[in-house]
Amino acid sequence: MNRRALLWLPALGFLGIFFFYPLTRIFALSFRAEACTASSLRLAAKTLGFTLYQAGLSTLLTLMIGLPAAYLFAKYAFRGKTVLRALVAVPFMLPTVAVAAAFNALLGPNGWVNLALMRGLHLESPPIPFLHTLGAILLAHVFYNTVIVLRVVGYAWSHLDVRLEDSARLLGASRTEVFLRVTLPLLRPAIFAASLLVFLFDFTSFGVVLLLGGPSFATLEVEIYVQAMHYLNLPVAALLAVIQIFFTLGFSAWYSRMSARASVQIRPQSARRVRRARSFSERVFLAGMVSFLFALFIFPLAALPIRSVVRTDFSRGEPQIALTGRYYAALFVNERDSRFYVPPVQAAVNSLTYAGLTAIFSLALGFPVASLLAHPRRIDKILDPLVMLPLGASAVMLGLGFIVAFNHPPMKWLASRWIVPAAHTMVALPFVIRSLQPAFSAIPQSYRDAAATLGASPWQVWRRIDFPILSRGILAAASFAFTISLGEFGATSLLARPEYPTLPTAIYRFLSLPGALNYGQAMAMATLLMLLTLAGIVLIERTRISGTEGF
Amino acid sequence: MLDVIEIFKSYEGAAALQGVSFRVNAAETVCLLGPSGSGKSTLLHIIAGLERADSGRILWDKEDISSMPAHLRRFGLVFQDYALFPHLNVLENVAFGLRMQGYSRAESSALARETLERVRLRGFESRRVTDLSGGEQQRVALARALAPRPRLLMFDEPLGALDRALRETLLSELREILHEAQAPAIYVTHDQEEAFALADRLILLRDGRVIQDGAPSEVYARPVSAWAAEFLGLGTTLKGRINASGKVETAAGVVDIACPRESVSLLIRPEGASLSRKQGCALLIRSRVADVVFRQRDFRVILENGVYVYLPHAPARGETVSVCIPPEAIQCL
Repeated sequence: MNRRALLWLPALGFLGIFFFYPLTRIFALSFRAEACTASSLRLAAKTLGFTLYQAGLSTLLTLMIGLPAAYLFAKYAFRGKTVLRALVAVPFMLPTVAVAAAFNALLGPNGWVNLALMRGLHLESPPIPFLHTLGAILLAHVFYNTVIVLRVVGYAWSHLDVRLEDSARLLGASRTEVFLRVTLPLLRPAIFAASLLVFLFDFTSFGVVLLLGGPSFATLEVEIYVQAMHYLNLPVAALLAVIQIFFTLGFSAWYSRMSARASVQIRPQSARRVRRARSFSERVFLAGMVSFLFALFIFPLAALPIRSVVRTDFSRGEPQIALTGRYYAALFVNERDSRFYVPPVQAAVNSLTYAGLTAIFSLALGFPVASLLAHPRRIDKILDPLVMLPLGASAVMLGLGFIVAFNHPPMKWLASRWIVPAAHTMVALPFVIRSLQPAFSAIPQSYRDAAATLGASPWQVWRRIDFPILSRGILAAASFAFTISLGEFGATSLLARPEYPTLPTAIYRFLSLPGALNYGQAMAMATLLMLLTLAGIVLIERTRISGTEGF
Repeated sequence: MLDVIEIFKSYEGAAALQGVSFRVNAAETVCLLGPSGSGKSTLLHIIAGLERADSGRILWDKEDISSMPAHLRRFGLVFQDYALFPHLNVLENVAFGLRMQGYSRAESSALARETLERVRLRGFESRRVTDLSGGEQQRVALARALAPRPRLLMFDEPLGALDRALRETLLSELREILHEAQAPAIYVTHDQEEAFALADRLILLRDGRVIQDGAPSEVYARPVSAWAAEFLGLGTTLKGRINASGKVETAAGVVDIACPRESVSLLIRPEGASLSRKQGCALLIRSRVADVVFRQRDFRVILENGVYVYLPHAPARGETVSVCIPPEAIQCL
């Protein structure tokens, strides 16, 4: 009991100081008189309305693409399936800032599509409006979340007991009737669970909305940021955050109930029928869907790195295009007219440092907890939701909490360089715990028993059995934390001081500045961020212990 | 010499062991035989020091080791699922115990190699344990337990997961190795054949209690109860009453045997029964044949009242037969 308490202590202490305390401060602030004025309530209602609207629309669009894709993956074998499956999953781990930059590189005013149209049609200005449109937000959300529908519904679909459909056919139902009366009702819980999860992510989406939507399309998250950072109106920001928390927690609770039900309905069946397309219409569907998905996921991902090495010249009317390395070279220079305090490469150094610290901190805090949760007692089961709770809170809210809580002595820590890694650790901790836990449970007690009967002391058992077997899991968790920290934008945008930028905050700043050089440097940094993140993802996938499915 | 004294253990109120005592003498192989849930594995874990008994003591050469941690006991245990370390290769697995005893890397490798040869796994040194077949894994597990020369060897249903042919091969190898090792051993199983084949002494365990403790021949000849006889597969048991003429009345008929008590159980062994003989029978059963199972040398003929006998020629299923059970095949329990 004492040992257990001791192992829980660091994580719970950290959580208390850096999550629950700021949370109470936000609540306290939101009940103050200046928060609940008529105008602020009007703003809150309007923002909430738009947040729900765009999330609903995004979810609908995601389903329209995700469901046929799920059908495709569940039923058909086709060339490039493995590649496409991996490709669709890539955006999910990518930093929002990098994704926003990628769409900017593809569809923005200086993006490929507009450049091509200007050249082709001899136009003076970009013909397609993309930045600061609702369409941009929706497209980015579809890009992000299609994988959720694909995985959740596709999994259910491929594990559906085919005998049920067969027996319906034998009882005289047509293909359409089988789909409507058997398949769809059986898949409904999975579809609903996936939709809720997509909705939840769209509801709390921050980076892409801020970077692609601009000020006129403010969701709750963006409005919290604007109120806190631009108007320094912390009470109103706190009010918005409280509204946000209630909705997020509500949706999360609903989701866990739904996903529990979805998993009851599906029995793992070995009899899967994956086949090649045969009829003409099947081939058309297959070819169309596969090329559409490839296009949707390849074009933005490819547009960014290529744009970062291409220079445009508008001096003779139509844009001229040439290869260049100067955006990367400029990252090492502290140019005065870029209005930046340090050379941009410093942002990369900061990001890597913070990511390293986050990996160390979150492992140190999460490791003991994960070891307990692998074989939980009742007390562990009670405490477990507590360490998972930060998942339900948005990163922007966390940043706001820090601003509100740590601006007065004795906890005047906002100016400290440690504040960003602390916030990142808070964000990464639940993921670290959840990814370590299966590694711990994967070690049967009999290994330890066997080692003990062979003369290994408890310390030797730990050193020779647990640690070597866990090391892969530890590496996976560390890269997870590292990757999360690299791309973290929500909390960082509120906490990082201008003189200590991270890659995401620097990209955001450069994108909002005019000039081809600033744009190019943003592209270069976003490319760098994307490559670092991809390296992290590969490392995680390589070291993942089997059985750690999920997001 | 191991003494197990009055061991009690319960899990959340459910009793697993209820006062188990027995002794294992030097160089003796003791088989703990019992159905699943009888507490065999728990007992083994307590002897190994992996679990603590609620009460009772474990003595080694008269010294109380009840509170000695597992890694200091120098007892070897072969696990049911082998529990080979997946991150170590075959040689490293076998050398593990030697390394723990402080042998150098070179010494323990050499000794581990020797042990691998004893279990006929020469050439397997650098193989991954996850790539081995069930029988090979079993041999590695055995070698790993043997290598540090434990004071006591324990086996927790080690052949349970293997197919029949392999079990018989490994069983005879195991006999050889146990004989060679000259160390006392405890072998836990629920399989009577394994137990009879290996044991110098057999301990029958039921619901956490020792039912019978003796040499295999003794246990075979005089099972202590109807349950023991049935569990050991010695034959059919019938409940009976002694009537006025001193014979025993059972559901299958009147048996010409003298038993000491008023209400008795009889063991009907399947051997020695005959269809042709009509005289010198202790019991003559007239019944329809419920089922016939081919047993290579003879047939197991199951009668409608549940009694089964071994016969050299098979009657047809459904046929009505008269089966003569000789007196030597019937025993009072």
